[in-house]
Amino acid sequence: MMNYDIVVIGGGPAGLAAAISAYDSGAKNILILEREDKLGGILNQCIHNGFGLTRFKESLSGPEYAYRFIEEVKNRDIDVFLNTTVISLSKDKKVTAINSENGVFTVKAKAIILAMGCRERSRGALNIAGSRPAGIYSAGTAQKYVNIKGYMPGKSVVILGSGDIGLIMARRMTLEGAKVHAVCEIMPYSSGLKRNIVQCLDDFGIPLYLNHTITKIEGKERVTAVEISEVDEKRKPIKGTEMRFECDTVLFSVGLIPENELTKNAGISLSNRTRGAIVSQNRETDVPGIFACGNVLHVHDLVDFVSEESELAGKSAADYVINGEKEHNSVNCINGKNISYVLPQKIDTDLEENVKVFFRVSGTFKNCTFKLSCGDKVIIERKKKIAVPGEMETLLITSDKLKEIDGDLTLSLEGA
Amino acid sequence: MYDLTIIGGGVIGGSILRNLSRYDLKICLLEKEDDVCMGQSKANSGIVHAGFDAAVGSLKAKFNVLGNEMMPDFAKELGVKYVNNGSLVVAFSFEEMKTLEELRERGIKNGVKGLEILDREELVNKEPNISDEAVGALFAPTGGIVCPYELTIAAIGNAMDNGAVLITNFDVCKIDGEFGNFTVYSQDGQKVETKAVINCAGLGGQKIAELVGDDYIKLGGRKGEYILLDRESGDFVSHTLFFTPTAKGKGILVSQTVDKNIILGPTAEEVSDGDTSTSADGLNSVIEKANKMCKNVPLYNTITSFAGVRAYSDRHDFIIEESKNKKGVIHCVGIESPGLTSAPAIAKYVTENLVDKLFDLREKKDFNPIRKPDYFFKNLSDDEKNEIIKTSPEYGHIICRCEQITEGEIIRAVKENPPAKNIDAVKRRTRAGMGRCQGGFCQPQVAEIIAETLGIPLTEVTKSGKGSNLVLERTK
Repeated sequence: MMNYDIVVIGGGPAGLAAAISAYDSGAKNILILEREDKLGGILNQCIHNGFGLTRFKESLSGPEYAYRFIEEVKNRDIDVFLNTTVISLSKDKKVTAINSENGVFTVKAKAIILAMGCRERSRGALNIAGSRPAGIYSAGTAQKYVNIKGYMPGKSVVILGSGDIGLIMARRMTLEGAKVHAVCEIMPYSSGLKRNIVQCLDDFGIPLYLNHTITKIEGKERVTAVEISEVDEKRKPIKGTEMRFECDTVLFSVGLIPENELTKNAGISLSNRTRGAIVSQNRETDVPGIFACGNVLHVHDLVDFVSEESELAGKSAADYVINGEKEHNSVNCINGKNISYVLPQKIDTDLEENVKVFFRVSGTFKNCTFKLSCGDKVIIERKKKIAVPGEMETLLITSDKLKEIDGDLTLSLEGA
Repeated sequence: MYDLTIIGGGVIGGSILRNLSRYDLKICLLEKEDDVCMGQSKANSGIVHAGFDAAVGSLKAKFNVLGNEMMPDFAKELGVKYVNNGSLVVAFSFEEMKTLEELRERGIKNGVKGLEILDREELVNKEPNISDEAVGALFAPTGGIVCPYELTIAAIGNAMDNGAVLITNFDVCKIDGEFGNFTVYSQDGQKVETKAVINCAGLGGQKIAELVGDDYIKLGGRKGEYILLDRESGDFVSHTLFFTPTAKGKGILVSQTVDKNIILGPTAEEVSDGDTSTSADGLNSVIEKANKMCKNVPLYNTITSFAGVRAYSDRHDFIIEESKNKKGVIHCVGIESPGLTSAPAIAKYVTENLVDKLFDLREKKDFNPIRKPDYFFKNLSDDEKNEIIKTSPEYGHIICRCEQITEGEIIRAVKENPPAKNIDAVKRRTRAGMGRCQGGFCQPQVAEIIAETLGIPLTEVTKSGKGSNLVLERTK
């Protein structure tokens, strides 16, 4: 059995930043396990720019953003196993993995950082009626074919879902010569970033149909057409509103799901809101010494925030390895009215540092107020002009505000 | 010249092929699609029925009960997963409890063993998630589950290992000649010479019968839609749950599959063609009925939905007989439920009672009944895995992360009998792409492995045969 102080599962943006930060915080015996043949994760196929605006104050492509972190890893004494898939994880921090060189092997770690990322929700999960021909892809799969493999999955496209990858692929397919007829979004708002709607759809004259979904896919061997319909408030298709587009490809960008099979495997508690682990402000799960960060924890809009969160997890893991388990004096942080989730779900109140709370709202709201309260006591109040589910919000609890907390916290959006 | 040519690579054609491969015969299987098991054998409930349902004295009753007894060994030899999970027919009223009594009587007459009526408490003990409205059930301990496409593929693969020939993409359009000298033609100009023909063409069975002048065989199609749930919810039920049959039909079932998914369905809709589209109404009706059978159905864990079309005959029983007009032609058509269960028994009957009349059957000395399953790696011990990886490192490379399927298994599926030539064919053999991400991550890699192993460009790799290419051209 191999022994490491810290094992990082996943070599994407989260795992890279976590490993670097853990190293810089004093942990020295670190291993990254990555299933692909190179580090960088999904960034490798995101060849568009717009990454790093917050962190580096410049617009980088995905591979460029990843490269900066990969170089940092190389500059440190951090071990990396590529082409290595973790097949199980136990509560006592034993990681079992497989690759062609070492076969099946187990690594015992003092601390573990979960950074497995997320997967795309598939067509099957939505029960979309119709046939099951070739030409139906998740947006990320199509992106891999186009950007990594260098092949066009289709020439005439309809996209369901206005998640960021769907928007990016609408532009990408157009630039590669395909005709993108429409992007449909079942909700009254897009779940993607505003800048992507402008730069990927509006600039190319691609129509976005809000409150619309695909009601039928046609074609035997290959997709030949899709039917889209408007939906009512309950998201049920309205008869008589059908529109038909002849096309050879349908892309799905209908949500990302944190990949927490290993997390469950280790008996770590998950939130049914984020579908990621329940963590405290240092990104530690309810199994001491196991930390989580990035999209495996909750789906982020911007990689910049993934890096920030992962640095926090890396630092915390190093602290755990060096100083041992800490006692927590924590309260729950709960999503209240109009809030779909809050992270971290647990906050220690006896800290001498600020705590940043991340959350998403459950609809589009104008001139509203975010309110963090502890029973009847309002701890923080902040006005917001416009809040949409597609953009993650944050609220900073300063260390002196922490001292006012004497029970569970509820975050809500008022005045909507 | 073949001795026998089977038309149709479903579970019936496949089981007959496999049984005939025991004998010293030249045999061939013609399949119109790019892979075997592309019709009703791939999209059904996968239930090994106990046999209480079929009318007393029918072929269905006879072959069901026999097939149920044969299935465990048949599956074991072929390396196919079979689980004797037991079936429950659930009653929701005291009238339905009376129907269960009738079913039990019928079952006993059909020769089904161990049938037992359960009260609500006993039912809840077996299935804690059963609806609060359920009042009791008929328990059939001999009921089981098997993977229908795994079984079909394995039967055909084992037959091929024993010398049978498979020709895919052979869409039969004409049959000439007489017993001892038939010629079978395909749409695209291929031909096969054979002494005798067995029609196992499923939905196409009527067309094949007409080609030899048998216009008395009348088949219809009935579409069934299904919803499949993630293995994460695999323990939601452990038995196969049926509704009590009413004048309106059998309703849907809720069952575990051998791979620990949960299957819900099928609907039953008359269709004139083989269209396997799902419909919003159909899927909604599956959901509604599943919610009637059980409480808290974990529909949030839906991973896919699909449909299959089952052929049935106007006799409402199997047709397993010699042609009335043409010596040397045998029809095995209208094999609707419980066809999967009956397959091994039908194969034995056709061989020993119908083929036997045409040919002198001599058993081969070197017949090997054993086939190793296509995917097996993840069930091995770590030591066994490492032993294999040492000599075949591709087994250390996981391609499908959801089902933990290795590159080694995918290459093997492309190479071995019957060869997988497309993405769906690999999926049915290895389960790569069958998990919760539905191939979102692994499909491009599986496509590359197929391309490399077959020595073809990626643009020629298809999802399920001709016209279903995954990618169209290189990017600019």
